[in-house]
Amino acid sequence: MFDATMMQAVILTLKLAGATTVLLLLVGTPLAWWLSRGRGILRDVAATLVSLPIVLPPTVLGFYLLLAMGPQSPLTALLGRSLAFSFEGLLLGSVIYSLPFVVNPIRNAFEAMGSRPMEVAATLRAHPLDAFVTVALPLASPGILTGAILGFAHTVGEFGVVLMIGGAIPGKTKVISITIFDYVETLDWARAHILAGGMLAFSFAVILAMTLIERRLSGARP
Amino acid sequence: MIEARFSGRLGQFALDAAFRVPGKGITALFGPSGCGKTSVLRCVAGLSRLPGDLVVNGESWQSGRRFRPVHRRPLAYVFQEASLFPHLSVAGNLGYGRRRSRAGAERIAFDEVVGLLGIAPLLDRPVPRLSGGERQRVAIGRALLSQPELLLMDEPLSALDRISKDEILPYLERLHAGLSIPVLYVSHDMAEVERLADTLVLMEAGQVRAAGPLGEMLSDPALPLLHRPEPGAVLDGTIRCYGPHYGLSEVDIPGGRMLVPGELGPNGGRARLRIAARDVSLGRLPPDDTSILNALPARIIGGTPAGDNQMTVRLALGEAGEGTVILSRISRLSWDRLQLTPGETVITRIKAVALVDPLTLPR
Repeated sequence: MFDATMMQAVILTLKLAGATTVLLLLVGTPLAWWLSRGRGILRDVAATLVSLPIVLPPTVLGFYLLLAMGPQSPLTALLGRSLAFSFEGLLLGSVIYSLPFVVNPIRNAFEAMGSRPMEVAATLRAHPLDAFVTVALPLASPGILTGAILGFAHTVGEFGVVLMIGGAIPGKTKVISITIFDYVETLDWARAHILAGGMLAFSFAVILAMTLIERRLSGARP
Repeated sequence: MIEARFSGRLGQFALDAAFRVPGKGITALFGPSGCGKTSVLRCVAGLSRLPGDLVVNGESWQSGRRFRPVHRRPLAYVFQEASLFPHLSVAGNLGYGRRRSRAGAERIAFDEVVGLLGIAPLLDRPVPRLSGGERQRVAIGRALLSQPELLLMDEPLSALDRISKDEILPYLERLHAGLSIPVLYVSHDMAEVERLADTLVLMEAGQVRAAGPLGEMLSDPALPLLHRPEPGAVLDGTIRCYGPHYGLSEVDIPGGRMLVPGELGPNGGRARLRIAARDVSLGRLPPDDTSILNALPARIIGGTPAGDNQMTVRLALGEAGEGTVILSRISRLSWDRLQLTPGETVITRIKAVALVDPLTLPR
């Protein structure tokens, strides 16, 4: 039953989620740090923009992304080609769509840390970047782990944005959620069951793992 | 020499503080809670920035628009709460500043600090499994190992209970004796200050009220310290010898010699003594028939009323008043009856002398 089409969808989904998570950690960690240090209207606006995908319908986000990837858009002009219906376009969409799920836990972890550890590091001659790597990152590691898991899981479960900007090109943009939708539409319920069940098990495992990790980490540190 | 001047607002709080203190020994920043002691310390560290100037032993750390960032100042800071890094072991915490110090040769050796603070048994322990006192000792060790040229301590004992305090104070005293780094020590506890400080910076409502040697500050009638309910004088003396037969030590103090109960330490060592004003009575005749051990001549500097019916008398020890200033609290009736006048030499009878510092400080 588990055929090449399904396999292709699973591999593509994992590739997309993995790449999205890596990008999100690279972009999201410094962004979370900046948001966690201090207040100001600029930061409030930025934090709101970051959190927007939580409430925005994916179709709305997808619609604007599609426009941004259109033939007349500055992005297309800059890249020399349109990102619509490509893996890279999907990656860009996923990064924006999952941004709050990565940034917010990391930001909370940085805020919970307070300013003292960084002050201590500075009085011990640590350059700010040095202190960030050797003190802030390790102290925020539970938040970073939570953010990575949430970002990955959320990207795996993405549907609306993919549909809007990616379509269903096998091997390029046809991820698991779209494949399930296809199976259901063509009344191939047996195959839909396999993928849907797999997603159910995956989601359960993710939430359970996070709960256990959080308990472990909070148990180790007062 | 440490010269500091900071002036500006930190949130709601207005600070306008300037002082100049010696670049060695322990200087206490003393004052009631909320007077700006910690703000001054943070400004010296560079953790807070206010307009001002700061010169530490000839090096300018802040001047006009120039502001040396915290990590480039050769200082160490011991916070009120130990603030150890929870993700590192005790050894990791101790090594953090040590690895980053610019000093080529280690002036403060690892073994020395570990021995001084008694933290050898803790080295492999994770931070969450340390007691409050142990944490603060590790924090002090971590600070010292960063090879500071100035040590800043912000009420390092105030978060601790009595037992942990008593556990750490001797280490601080040893530190004072064994290391030559200047220390700025924030405290609101006069007992701590009398025990540790050489110099006192008295703060009030964001300003420096006065600064100077501890002994002078304690006996200055213009300052509130003299008007405390239990004023006293602190004297640094040199141990001459110990007589085991009576269990008394002879201690030389500026302007006299005293007998102090107990074996205080090796001959030639230093001992800090405290004489409470109410333990000193005054008279004109030499006491030849008394149980009091210490009767020293002293010259009266002046008297200040203390409450309605008492006087606090300031006296300089010695026939000619050449020694340390001590205080005597007598009734106003005695002051009038004896017609004591400034400039006159009297005999002080000192009922009790307390050793402030149980550890003697080798010179």
